[in-house]
Amino acid sequence: MAQDITLFITDREGKTHQVVAPTDMNMNLMEVVRAHELAPEGTIGVCGGMAMCASCQSYVESDHLLPEQSADELAMLAEAFHVKKNSRLGCQLFVTPDLHGLKVTLAPES
Amino acid sequence: MIIGAGPTGLFTVFEAGLLKLKCHLIDALPQPGGQCSEIYPKKPIYDIPAYPEILAGDLTEKLMEQIAPFSPGFTLGERAETLEKQEDGTFIVTTDQGTQHRAPIVAIAGGLGSFEPRKPPIENLVQYESKGVAYFIKNPEQYRNQHVVIAGGGDSALDWSIFLSDVAASVTLVHRRNEFRGALDSVEKVQELKNQGKIRLITPGEVVGLEGEGALSGVRLQAEQGLITLDCDAFIPLFGLAPKLGPIAHWGLEIEKNAIKVDNSLDYQTNIPGVYAIGDVNTYPGKLKLILCGFHEATLMCQSAYKRIYPERRYVMKYTTVGGVEGFDGTKKEAPKAVIKSID
Repeated sequence: MAQDITLFITDREGKTHQVVAPTDMNMNLMEVVRAHELAPEGTIGVCGGMAMCASCQSYVESDHLLPEQSADELAMLAEAFHVKKNSRLGCQLFVTPDLHGLKVTLAPES
Repeated sequence: MIIGAGPTGLFTVFEAGLLKLKCHLIDALPQPGGQCSEIYPKKPIYDIPAYPEILAGDLTEKLMEQIAPFSPGFTLGERAETLEKQEDGTFIVTTDQGTQHRAPIVAIAGGLGSFEPRKPPIENLVQYESKGVAYFIKNPEQYRNQHVVIAGGGDSALDWSIFLSDVAASVTLVHRRNEFRGALDSVEKVQELKNQGKIRLITPGEVVGLEGEGALSGVRLQAEQGLITLDCDAFIPLFGLAPKLGPIAHWGLEIEKNAIKVDNSLDYQTNIPGVYAIGDVNTYPGKLKLILCGFHEATLMCQSAYKRIYPERRYVMKYTTVGGVEGFDGTKKEAPKAVIKSID
């Protein structure tokens, strides 16, 4: 059976949730947030996960080695608000065994 | 009356048309297609039945072609603001521009809501709205001989910089990096105009504050050389559009999870009889926000709407392979008659 990993996600209210996510479902961080209802529907993953809206912007707070940002992600973050150095689009971070223990905080809604 | 001209709203016209019901669509966007045309027209969709792959923009075009025989009316670029039930049971929907439509049935196919401009988090931005700050350019002439600052890195920021470079006294384009995601032609054109001194480009740069007594007189920019102030008459942040449920949330409809609750076991009607919600805008146990689910919901909703309008009539659904498609425009599509030949 494929490995499940644990993620620590701090929601927009500042509450941290420990969640388990499967690594064999091609899920991304934005979808994990939606699956666990950690942000109201309609405020995250608005474009569906195409790196076209930045509603899933998250701040990565652990030192995991993450996949490089695609041109689409970089372009979208350049037009997003509240961007920090550790900003990533949740929809572009796929749940893989390497991300076990990842700590992220959801960026404010904009 | 259909609120929202995305794929679900458009397909509703077809299903209603088969039942001889004529539709009018209202949408805040200036073109039909909803998210498909506004956010991802060039993205392929793989789960439309019988289309192994279709671009979102092409899906919109195909739907427009499919519903053309039913001559739908369109009120585009206007946001539905209010819904009022009349004594005779009909509804009047009024748009933000005061246009009114009356119909016996309202189908809300509003997707995630109407598209609103994304406003950058600049402290006193709202204070200068319509005093120099604008998120849309409705009348480019108003910027003639003005000093204009545009912010953004997509097509609208590029296209309007190009257009206004011929109208305004000066155009400054500010973007957080020097790569732009707009169409290549536009990027090249901006480069050319920059070389000619017709557009001033500030990258990386970000507008962080606004100045002016009453009306806008300048913007504060965080640029490579530090914080600078730039005198200007207009600041136009163009960071795209994001859907917001908007006025629909105040129509007395039962809202749950930013969506309208409907009776999915029956007909997708809301808590207001005669008002239906279909597609991404609704919610019910097991809801999936998929275009194909929107099509199904539209189909069932139209049957229910017909029964509401004609309670005394008995009707059974007719297959298009049997009944063909009889348009309101006089066209008729039908299966060719079988040719019967005898063998001597």
